[in-house]
Amino acid sequence: MSLTQQDVARIAKLARIAVTEQEITAVGQQLNDIFGLIEKMQAVNTDHVEPMAHPQDASLRLRADAVAESNRRDDFMALAPQAEAGLFLVPKVIE
Amino acid sequence: MKWEVVIGLEVHVQLSTVSKIFSGASTAFGAEPNTQACNVDLAYPGVLPVLNEAAVDKAIHLGLALGAKINQKNVFARKNYFYPDLPKGYQISQMDLPVVEGGQIAILVGDEEKIIRVTRAHMEEDAGKSLHEDFHGLSGIDLNRAGTPLLEIVSEPDMRSVDEAVAYAKALYTLVTWLGICDGNMQEGSFRMDVNVSVRPQGQEAFGTRREIKNLNSFRFLEQAAKYEIQWQIDTLEEGGKIQQATVLFDPDTGETRMMRSKEDAHDYRYFPDPDLLPVRISDAWIARAQSEMPELPGQMKARFAAEYGLSAYDAALLTASLAQARYFEAAAKASGQGKLVANWINGDIAARLNRDGGDILACPISPERLAGLVARIADNTLSSKLAKQVFEALWESDLSADAIIERDGLKQVSDVGAIEKMVEEAIAANPKAVEEFRSGKEKALNALAGQVMKASKGKANPAQVLEILKNKLAG
Amino acid sequence: MINATLKALSQQLAAGAVSSEELARHYLDRIDALNPVLNAFITVDRDKTLLDARAADARRAAGNAGPLTGVPLAHKDLFCQQGWKTSCGSRMLDNFVSPYDAHVVEQCKAAGMVTLGRTNMDEFAMGSSNENSWYGPVKNPWDIQAIPGGSSGGSAAAVAARLTPVATATDTGGSIRQPASHCGVTGLKPTYGVVSRYGMVAFASSLDQGGMMAQTAEDCALMLNVMAGFDKRDSTSVERAAEDYARDLTRPLAGLKVGLPREYFAEGLSPEVARVVETAVAALKKQGAAVVDVSLPNTALSIPSYYVIAPAEASSNLSRYDGVRYGHRAAGYTDLIDMYEKTRAEGFGAEVKRRIMVGTYVLSHGYYDAYYIKAQKIRRLIANDFVEAFKSCDVILGPVAPTAAFDLGSMNNDPVEMYLSDIYTLSVNLAGLPGMSVPAGFAANGRPIGLQLIGNYFGEARLLNVAHQFQLATDWHTRAPAL
Repeated sequence: MSLTQQDVARIAKLARIAVTEQEITAVGQQLNDIFGLIEKMQAVNTDHVEPMAHPQDASLRLRADAVAESNRRDDFMALAPQAEAGLFLVPKVIE
Repeated sequence: MKWEVVIGLEVHVQLSTVSKIFSGASTAFGAEPNTQACNVDLAYPGVLPVLNEAAVDKAIHLGLALGAKINQKNVFARKNYFYPDLPKGYQISQMDLPVVEGGQIAILVGDEEKIIRVTRAHMEEDAGKSLHEDFHGLSGIDLNRAGTPLLEIVSEPDMRSVDEAVAYAKALYTLVTWLGICDGNMQEGSFRMDVNVSVRPQGQEAFGTRREIKNLNSFRFLEQAAKYEIQWQIDTLEEGGKIQQATVLFDPDTGETRMMRSKEDAHDYRYFPDPDLLPVRISDAWIARAQSEMPELPGQMKARFAAEYGLSAYDAALLTASLAQARYFEAAAKASGQGKLVANWINGDIAARLNRDGGDILACPISPERLAGLVARIADNTLSSKLAKQVFEALWESDLSADAIIERDGLKQVSDVGAIEKMVEEAIAANPKAVEEFRSGKEKALNALAGQVMKASKGKANPAQVLEILKNKLAG
Repeated sequence: MINATLKALSQQLAAGAVSSEELARHYLDRIDALNPVLNAFITVDRDKTLLDARAADARRAAGNAGPLTGVPLAHKDLFCQQGWKTSCGSRMLDNFVSPYDAHVVEQCKAAGMVTLGRTNMDEFAMGSSNENSWYGPVKNPWDIQAIPGGSSGGSAAAVAARLTPVATATDTGGSIRQPASHCGVTGLKPTYGVVSRYGMVAFASSLDQGGMMAQTAEDCALMLNVMAGFDKRDSTSVERAAEDYARDLTRPLAGLKVGLPREYFAEGLSPEVARVVETAVAALKKQGAAVVDVSLPNTALSIPSYYVIAPAEASSNLSRYDGVRYGHRAAGYTDLIDMYEKTRAEGFGAEVKRRIMVGTYVLSHGYYDAYYIKAQKIRRLIANDFVEAFKSCDVILGPVAPTAAFDLGSMNNDPVEMYLSDIYTLSVNLAGLPGMSVPAGFAANGRPIGLQLIGNYFGEARLLNVAHQFQLATDWHTRAPAL
């Protein structure tokens, strides 16, 4: 398998990471090397093997429905790159 | 060409929990922006989700009410996309193993009952809100809503008209509010609908290409949007155009749908099981407990009302449009022993009044007991229908019982034969022309004479008795 | 005092031989002197530390001291700590002062431990050399030309250089064991779920596990007693009765069955690491342990499996760094998408971006089954290998890394070569088992070499027992670099 420059550009777009033309070439090469490594697992037969998502075969613990958090808006807003009137500000959202 | 419409719905129901689905922040509506968004809701580095038991419980209740399969092992997955109102850059949702699979709901369109199949219902978290009023050309993000539990209920594309789609949406709305799993406040976004619409030539088996209208929060918008969209698709096809699969928004101001600009690049959500959450396992005991808590459902109650009180399917359906309405009916029917009359009053005068004032049965100033008092006096002939309307008006405006109003206003129907005979004789004497006409075969003249008697009694005479005595006297 | 263990400091504090404030000043001075060379710490805040130390002294005076009250420690810079910058080694979080504490931090505070500072690390814990930090590489205290290992390189170097008696760390694919090995300190990665991940900045959620580094196994046991514990805020935290991880330290090794996986001694292992491990085996035998030949046949597959699963989870975990609510935001942008793309391009370093892209690709439409599901199936095979192996042994023993620490800059442009060096550590994370690195010797160039011990699920006490007994019979763990 080999990733094309278009593949790399598409992935970067999906991941919301800006890449320059030069980077696409360099990153593409590295990604292809990595996939060269990854492809080795295709040689193994894994029919009838249950995928393992988690180290423990346990069930999810649930919490009771109760409010346990108080308002910490001021603390949080102090960390925001841009905020006003208790809102996080971002470039215009277009629907 | 004749076109057939195909509609499927995805409904986002906010579950009425007090805290969020994965955090302990409050879900109360209307707070100041970002005052109910904790570090988990804001996706701070290192925070983790912990599932709210009540969200699962409510999902189970809906599943049971739909006659669906409850997946006793269900799994949360991440749906990855970037959007400022989605703090983690993914939404925790369910993909391969949703909590509810299958099920169905009956709708009534005209006199026809139709079954709409439900594909699945899955739990997920709501996003925050982008406020579009202008902050110097920027958008403001409020994450109070982020993490509010949602149940997304997906139907099969079983609806063939806008009326069916609206009926399905209403039936689902009735069910979720009936079960108490959703507060039903549509203005606040508690019940939001996405509608998938396509058209195909009548007789064609393959579905046409669909477009999805996103985020409708009223049945009226659903109706308007679907109608517009259907016409637009038919026009497009008849002009030789092609429908492209798309997501569109409905603009209530113009009544039109338009393409969403932000969704132009094809999405690739990269779903995978959320590694922060283990599979949810629902025990048999939990399902049994939920089953034992199930109220009588709208469909069951509708059938029982029809059978027990001799109501039409239509009347029974109206009475079971909400649990409050059904309870109101049943209380009044039991107290008066007059189910049919009670149904007529609720679906007639009361509905008209409430409709005019824009309220539901909970806003009705007449208690079921007082309505029963009125109906009882109609049934025992104390009140004519005309007097009954007068008493109803007074009931609406006061806290008095029907009997107290009748007493106060002297509205008792006169059924004393002697008194009526006297008034009849006076009417015959005073209207020789009408008597002559009746005797020469003009049946209508009888009504004129009866009207005179009623007028003389100030409307209190028993109309049936008046007619009977009139006929006897004129025949004599 | 420089070489005092946690245990010794605890005793000295209890005896009143030293105050917490004196201890803190001592370590802070040493950090001031050596950190400019080693770069082991990202943040040091003398005032905050001394405040903590005085509070610990007051607590002791009030008679409420626990065993570790007043003992200083350093936190890897990915455990959120209220009021401290929590950067995760990334420009993305360079301005992030955490508004809340991780469970681990809470536990250490509750024990009365004193924070000396925050240790350097590979950005978002991605790396095996600590060269991926926005704050520059950490130098190995044994040889400043050498990498300290990663991703917890700052913690390892700080303990090795005696800048702190103990440091927290995390291990997603070897990030505790490998730097511990390269820096000649003792490190423990517990069973997945033993230490809460709440407040630990996530790299790969199903693999990440918090642990520690110290001079001795005994210190690790004391520290695990503080750090471990059920936390309802982490859905993967294991609900188990509290245990004393030091309870088995003195147990003799007679009858212990040590499994040697033949795949760990095959091609790729440097002769000097092999020699160190063989010498250690001989020492354990001398203490009464029996050696058993075991097989972990899917070991080689741990690399592709891990390098699919970890990047996949990371690509999603790191989506929250978008410049909206906290952290870095690019200075100039044309619109929302441009803001995202520039922010993330600037905020993340090359290795993080590479892994995000790999993860994004393997989860993308049409590739999910071939990569992600396939990798999870192999993960199952690897976990099953351990289940099988533990039927015939109590602990598994092997190398941590194929070689001693390599030179800084020597693998900079070859991610694949770097990934291959994780061969002996990845399987443990995929299976969720506990593992340790214990100092066991030196390479010819004087760089330390560690021994890896792998335990069965929740077998920390047994693992610490073996390591402690080994340390009673050897003195590798007492060697300190000349600085």
